[in-house]
Amino acid sequence: MKKNGLIEEHAILAESQGVRIRRMVLYAPEIATKAKAGQFIVLMVSEYGERIPLTIVSRDATKGTVTLIFQEAGLTTTFLGRLVAGDFLYALAGPLGTPTEMACYGEVIIIGGGVGIAEAYPVAKAYKDIGNRVTAIVGARTKDFLILLDELKAVADEIHVTTDNGSFGRKGFVTDVLKELITKHKYNVVYAVGPLPMMKAVSNATKAANIKTLVSLNALMVDATGMCGSCRVSVDGKTKFSCIDGPEFPGHLVDWDELDKRNKIYASQEAHVCKLKLAQGSLT
Amino acid sequence: MKREPVKVKESEAKERINSFAEVVEGYTEQEALIEAQRCLQCKNPACISGCPVGIDIKKFIFQITQKDYADAYFTIRQKNNFPSICGRICPAEYQCRKACVLTKKDSPFASEQAILIHYLERFVGDYGIRHNLKISIESAGRLNRHKVAVVGSGPAGLCCAGELARRGVKVEVFEGLHKTGGVLRYGIPPFRLPRDILDVEIDYLKNLGVGIVSNFIVGNMKSLHELQKEGYSSIFLGLGAGTPSFLGVTGENLCNIYSANEFLTRVNLMSAYQFPESHTPVNIGKRIIVVGGGNTAMDAARCALRLQKMNGTPCDTTVVYRRTEIEMPARRLEIEHAKEEGVRFKFLVQPEGFQGDERGFVTKMQCLQCALGEPDSSGRRRPVPLKGSDFELDCDVAIIAIGLKANQVLTRVTPQLVVDSHGDITVNPLTMETSIKGIFAGGDIVGGEGTVIEAMGMAKKASEAIIQSLVA
Repeated sequence: MKKNGLIEEHAILAESQGVRIRRMVLYAPEIATKAKAGQFIVLMVSEYGERIPLTIVSRDATKGTVTLIFQEAGLTTTFLGRLVAGDFLYALAGPLGTPTEMACYGEVIIIGGGVGIAEAYPVAKAYKDIGNRVTAIVGARTKDFLILLDELKAVADEIHVTTDNGSFGRKGFVTDVLKELITKHKYNVVYAVGPLPMMKAVSNATKAANIKTLVSLNALMVDATGMCGSCRVSVDGKTKFSCIDGPEFPGHLVDWDELDKRNKIYASQEAHVCKLKLAQGSLT
Repeated sequence: MKREPVKVKESEAKERINSFAEVVEGYTEQEALIEAQRCLQCKNPACISGCPVGIDIKKFIFQITQKDYADAYFTIRQKNNFPSICGRICPAEYQCRKACVLTKKDSPFASEQAILIHYLERFVGDYGIRHNLKISIESAGRLNRHKVAVVGSGPAGLCCAGELARRGVKVEVFEGLHKTGGVLRYGIPPFRLPRDILDVEIDYLKNLGVGIVSNFIVGNMKSLHELQKEGYSSIFLGLGAGTPSFLGVTGENLCNIYSANEFLTRVNLMSAYQFPESHTPVNIGKRIIVVGGGNTAMDAARCALRLQKMNGTPCDTTVVYRRTEIEMPARRLEIEHAKEEGVRFKFLVQPEGFQGDERGFVTKMQCLQCALGEPDSSGRRRPVPLKGSDFELDCDVAIIAIGLKANQVLTRVTPQLVVDSHGDITVNPLTMETSIKGIFAGGDIVGGEGTVIEAMGMAKKASEAIIQSLVA
C-alpha cells in the first residue's frame, strides 16, 4: 500500500572517490501539496535513528511525491542511502521551516556549493517564476559532483560553474566568480546555500558591497518544530531557532563562528558511532 | 485511633541511579487497604475540590476499603481517563492532598499526615490495567455521526480524545512527533512514568476507537480550515507549551548548554541513554549544572546524574535556583528523590553568564548571590541579586530549565486564531472555545505551563462544550 514515507525511487546521483550523493523520491502527498521553496522535512530511518532535516528539492503534487538529495556524510545519511525503492522511512514529517520570502527583487544571484546545489535549485526556480533575473553560481570539488546542472540551466538566465580542481568550469571557488560579478554589475539579492565556510565567505564578500544576502543554515536539529533549541543561532545578537525562525537568515548578521562550533558538538560521537555501526554492518 | 501514613516502597537510591527503571514501587493490596482505612470519609470532603478533574476521591477510597477495586477503578474513570499516569505524576501535595482535612491549615503543601491519595489512585489504576478493565462506550446515536480532530497527543489531547470517544464520537488525534504522549513521552523520564504504562493508557484510547496519526503537523500539512472542510465537526487544540525559555545571558549558546526540553527529548524520546544502540547522542559532563526549580529541572537533574553514573563518571550534578527550597515549584517528592540520589542544590544563585573554551564548549557559569526580598505576584518572595557578590561555578554541561512558552508552529500559520501577548491561545473560559467557531483549546497552550491534571481539567471542559455543540 502507498503510504506516507514510501521510497518510490532511489538512485545515486554522483559518486567519486568514496563520496556519494543520492536522490530519493518519497511518497508524501500532504507535504507535496504544501511544500514551498526553502522548506525542509525531518525524517527517521529506523526506530532507533536520529531525526534529521533535509531540504525539499522538488515536489510533484499530482503524484504526491517529494524529492530529496543528500550526500552520505554521517551515520543517518549513510543508512538512508542503504534503503531501496519500496522501503518505508520510519518517520517523515514536514514541510518545516519558514519558506523563502518570495519577491521580485530584480537581479538575483543564487549560489550553491556541493550538495547545496540541490537546495539552491528550488529557490532559483521560485525566484525565476516570480520574475527575477537569476544568475546561478555553482561550485563543487570536481566535475563529478556538479549535480542538477541541466535543471539549473533551464531556470537560470546565466550560470557560472567552478570546481576546486578545475576539472570543469573555472578552477577556484564560487566566491571568485561572485566578487567579479558584483564589481561589474548591480545585483539586488544574493542567496547562498552550501558548506558553512562557503556561506560565510559569500556573506563577507557581499557585505562591503551592501547587497542583501540570504543564507540557508544547516544547524543541528532534534524535533525540528521549535521545541528543543538545539538549532539556535545568533542573528544580529539575538538567539533564533533555525527550525522555525529559519532556516534562512540574513547572512551579514549570522554569528558564523558560533554556528560552526555548535555544529561540531557531537563530532566525536558521530565518528565513533559511524565506525562502530559500519563495522557491524547493521542498520540498527 | 490515629495511624501513620503507609510509606510507599521505593528502590534504593544507590541502586536506582544505575538505570531508568521506575523508582516508586507502588502499594501492595495490603498497603492500599491500610492507607485507605486512614481516610476519615469526611461528610464534606475537601479533597475533591482540590482535584482539577473532580474525581470522587472519598468514594473510590471507600471502595478500596471494601476491596471493590474494580468499582473504585470505574469511579476514577468517571472523571479521569488516566489513573495510572496521574497516580504517578500528579503533584498531589499541591492539589487533593493539600485540600485533605489532615493537612495543617495554611501549609504551602500537604502535610505528611494527609492521605496518600495519589498512591491509592495508582494502585487502583494499575489494578485496572492488570485486570483489563474497560469502560463501555455510550452509543448515543446522535453523537457517533460526528468526527472530531484533536491536535496534539499530550495530556490535554489524550484526555479530550478519551472523553469524546467514550461518548461515541469518532476521534482522530494528530501528533507532530513520531511517538504519541507529548510531554509524557519526551519530557517525563521513564523512572517517573514507565513507558509500558504510558503505552497501555494510550492503547486504551485506541480500544475506544480513537485513531492516531503520528508525524502529522497540523498547520503545515493541513490547515485547520482544511480539516473542517474534511468534515471534522470540531477541533481541539492541545498544542502544549513546547518552546523553551532561555536566560538571555551572555554565552548561552556555547556548546553543551541545553534547554531542559532538548536534553530530556534527547534522553527520553530519542533514547540517547542507549547511545550508540540509539543513534541520537547527548553529552554528559563531569560537572553538570541545572538551572531552575521546577519539576522539569528535577527531571533533567535526575536524568543527568543517572547518565553520569551509567557512563562511569563520578556523579556531580548541581541544581542552581534563584530562591530557596521552600519556594521551589517542583513536587516535594521529586526534590526528595533528587537529594537521595545525590543531586546537589545551590540556592539563592542567579546565573549571569557563561564562559567557554576555544572550541566553544562551556566551562564556567558566572553567578550572583541573591537574598529574598518582598513577595512578587506569585506570592513567593522575590530573589534580589546582591551587588558585588559575583562568583563562578565550573561546569562542562549546563541545562536551562526555567520554563516553557507556547508552541507556535500552528498559531503562526493561523492568524485568525487569537493569541495573547505570551502566544497562548485566547479562549472563552466557560467553553474553551477559541476565536474560531468550532475550534477549542486546552492545556498549556491556554494556561501557560501547568500540570498534567490541570491540562486534563481544561480538556474535559472543552470536551463537554464540544459535546454540547454536537448535540445542538
